[in-house]
Amino acid sequence: MVRLKNEAAAGTPGIENAADPGPKSELPREAQPFRHNFITTKLEYYINWGRKNALWPMPFGTACCAIEFMSVVSSHYDLSRFGAEVVRFSPRQSDLLVVAGTVVDKMGPILKTIYDQMPEPKWVIAMGVCASSGGFYRAYHVMQGIDEIVPVDVYVPGCPPTPEGLMHGILRLQDAIQKGETRSQRETSLLDRGKPVDLPQSVITREDLARRQGAS
Amino acid sequence: MTQAPAASAEAPGSARDPRWNSRFWGHTKGAEAIRELPVVRALEQAVPGAVLGAEDRCGDLSLRVRASDLTRVATALRDDPALRYEMLMDVCGVDRSALPEGDGGDRFHALYHLYSLRHGKRLRLHVPLDAARPEVDSLTPLFASANWAEREAFDMYGFQFRGHPDLRRILCHEEFVGHPLRKDYPPDARHMLSRTYSSFPGLPPDVPEGERVRVMQGDVEQVYINLGPSHPATHGTFRIQARLDGEVIADSRTEIGYLHRCFEKMCEAHGFTQIFPFTDRLNYLSAFNNNVGYAMAVEKLLGLELPERAIAIRVILMEFSRIIDHLVTIGTNLVDMGALTNFWYAYVPREEIYSLIEACCGARLTVSYGRIGGVSQDVPEDFVARSRGVLDRLPEFVDYIDALITKNVIFQKRTRGVGLLPRDRALSYAWTGPGLRATGVQFDLRRAHPYYGYETYDFEIPVRTNGDVFDRYIVRMEEIRESMKIIRQALDRFPGGPHIVDDWTVALPPKNEVYTNIEALMAHFKLVMHGPKVPAGEVYSYTESPVGELGFYMVTDGGPKPYRLHCRAPGFYIFSAVDEMLKESMISDFAANLGSLAIVAGELDR
Repeated sequence: MVRLKNEAAAGTPGIENAADPGPKSELPREAQPFRHNFITTKLEYYINWGRKNALWPMPFGTACCAIEFMSVVSSHYDLSRFGAEVVRFSPRQSDLLVVAGTVVDKMGPILKTIYDQMPEPKWVIAMGVCASSGGFYRAYHVMQGIDEIVPVDVYVPGCPPTPEGLMHGILRLQDAIQKGETRSQRETSLLDRGKPVDLPQSVITREDLARRQGAS
Repeated sequence: MTQAPAASAEAPGSARDPRWNSRFWGHTKGAEAIRELPVVRALEQAVPGAVLGAEDRCGDLSLRVRASDLTRVATALRDDPALRYEMLMDVCGVDRSALPEGDGGDRFHALYHLYSLRHGKRLRLHVPLDAARPEVDSLTPLFASANWAEREAFDMYGFQFRGHPDLRRILCHEEFVGHPLRKDYPPDARHMLSRTYSSFPGLPPDVPEGERVRVMQGDVEQVYINLGPSHPATHGTFRIQARLDGEVIADSRTEIGYLHRCFEKMCEAHGFTQIFPFTDRLNYLSAFNNNVGYAMAVEKLLGLELPERAIAIRVILMEFSRIIDHLVTIGTNLVDMGALTNFWYAYVPREEIYSLIEACCGARLTVSYGRIGGVSQDVPEDFVARSRGVLDRLPEFVDYIDALITKNVIFQKRTRGVGLLPRDRALSYAWTGPGLRATGVQFDLRRAHPYYGYETYDFEIPVRTNGDVFDRYIVRMEEIRESMKIIRQALDRFPGGPHIVDDWTVALPPKNEVYTNIEALMAHFKLVMHGPKVPAGEVYSYTESPVGELGFYMVTDGGPKPYRLHCRAPGFYIFSAVDEMLKESMISDFAANLGSLAIVAGELDR
């Protein structure tokens, strides 16, 4: 199924090295001239490989984490090494939403709008504990994690996370994209196969909120 | 003024307590001496019977006046040549219903902090308000800064300001119910917001971001645009809706509160030492300055004098923080005008200073390095050498930016005469910091009210006179160079000794003592479990942050947590002038203007 005649890619998971195809998988005669010049792979794998290495982040920077995000894209840490350098402030041009900072209740509808404006497939990183869980702001105006309103693929802990932490989060996201395990990809895959999309919904209602506060 | 002066004569923190009459913190005066103060006498002459009570504690003069007298008192204070309190620095409220001694009949106090630039004097007015109907005249006709400040007091406490032009919520969202800083409001009771709202009356509520809306008013087509709260030129979370007349902004409405993280309520719910991480996240570009600003309020209340080394560490790191704050401000301001290169230049020394701070306390951005009485741990051994190394490389990058930008014709054309605010309006809006100094007022707290020995350092206060974007840029660039001068001098005389006071009631004992000495172990346990013992009282302390005067007003009741902590954020008052600045300006100047104000949302919305 997967054949590869490229020595450099040997050992890359998902791309089989066919340098030694074994006695039973002889290449057909007409393919012999291309023996060292082409790869074969799954289309899905190839597309995901392209997607993960060309992330276009939309920084939804609200607070301190946005400053560390600036550090990550700046010269010293240089996020472009991982292919995520094209920072776009328009949600319509980007596929990775980096929520960097606290999201308060007043900001909630705006974050939701921005998420809805992004084209599929799209990914969400909750950078820092405020975006992940509200952090140490257990307060009357702070959303207790953005997953109340948008689904999150990767949570990056830290207050703020170190630049290395965020880069690790992006690498983890790349792994997930490669395997097709992100929410957006799973949704598309279910839709493609005509199956019902029964992924957990991350929408909080007023009743949920009242119940949660009643319990605390 | 939680107690009458005569009644508190024997209490800790009273006039007889020797700590309160220190060279460092000023003197506490008795009731008779206060009556003789020129301020009180002049005020008594202008508005007879206005002063209901007075207190002077470590140089903090506070007067109690009736709500019905407030406008007359404030007018006299502002206009009387002997008084000249021309800046209304801050307005806030206190809900006194949970004080251990009771509220004495008036549940709410509205507080007004005034400052006289001419005489260098401060004054606090306490205005008791009725518990059922907290109403008082608005001071907006007298001071422009009262506008947003009173809206905040309305939002937090429900005070009704009669005659306020636009009294609606400012920090909390429109569907919020209740007034969160009242003592009967639980800290974590949230209310969901279902949609976004427009600040313009008559405009469709949900103007999509970045899109225009055309509304016909008679024969004239009105174009409205919406910027923010997620917009590349805002560098923070605020929203400006503008009505355009061609390319000119005819009218605009600013909406803030998109990062209101309930700082003040959180402080009431946490102990004195636990508050440091919250202060980090006010102005997160220069977190250490906030640490010091807050620590200073507690130290002032305690009457603590710091060891020399703690002061030196604070001065050096505050100035380094000032440098990185200005570097980011200049860098992002230039990015908005299309000059991206400078941003990368600004970030190289910034990373070096981050590493230096990280070596001191283990964190890059949100440092939590300050402690009551000093800093959390001593600086590393190579601190002085390392700081000198950073200082030696820093000028190179500042000069790069200077060479690329200052004489650049495009930059000059885009910034000269743009974003003007005249001096008298800047004072009325209670501007402080580089923005005010760019309008020609030489006001810097490090020089006007020196703390930490700033009077012994040789440095200039850069002042420009035009008050435009260009001048703010120049003032910041010069301040970076002056800060470097201060750090060099501080490094030259960097003293030895302890990094925190040797008082185990406020500062943790050294670790080896804790392991070997039962007294130290007990002190450690008491401090961690119950927090430092801070006497009951009230205090306002102020430091010069990179943005302007960062003030902390604190009321304590002798318990383990502050009863009330209010942060006077300089950015809040600077930004309150933005609608006036944008009026009649070009839409293309908008980004340059906003960037030059150095607004940090964490501090703006708290």
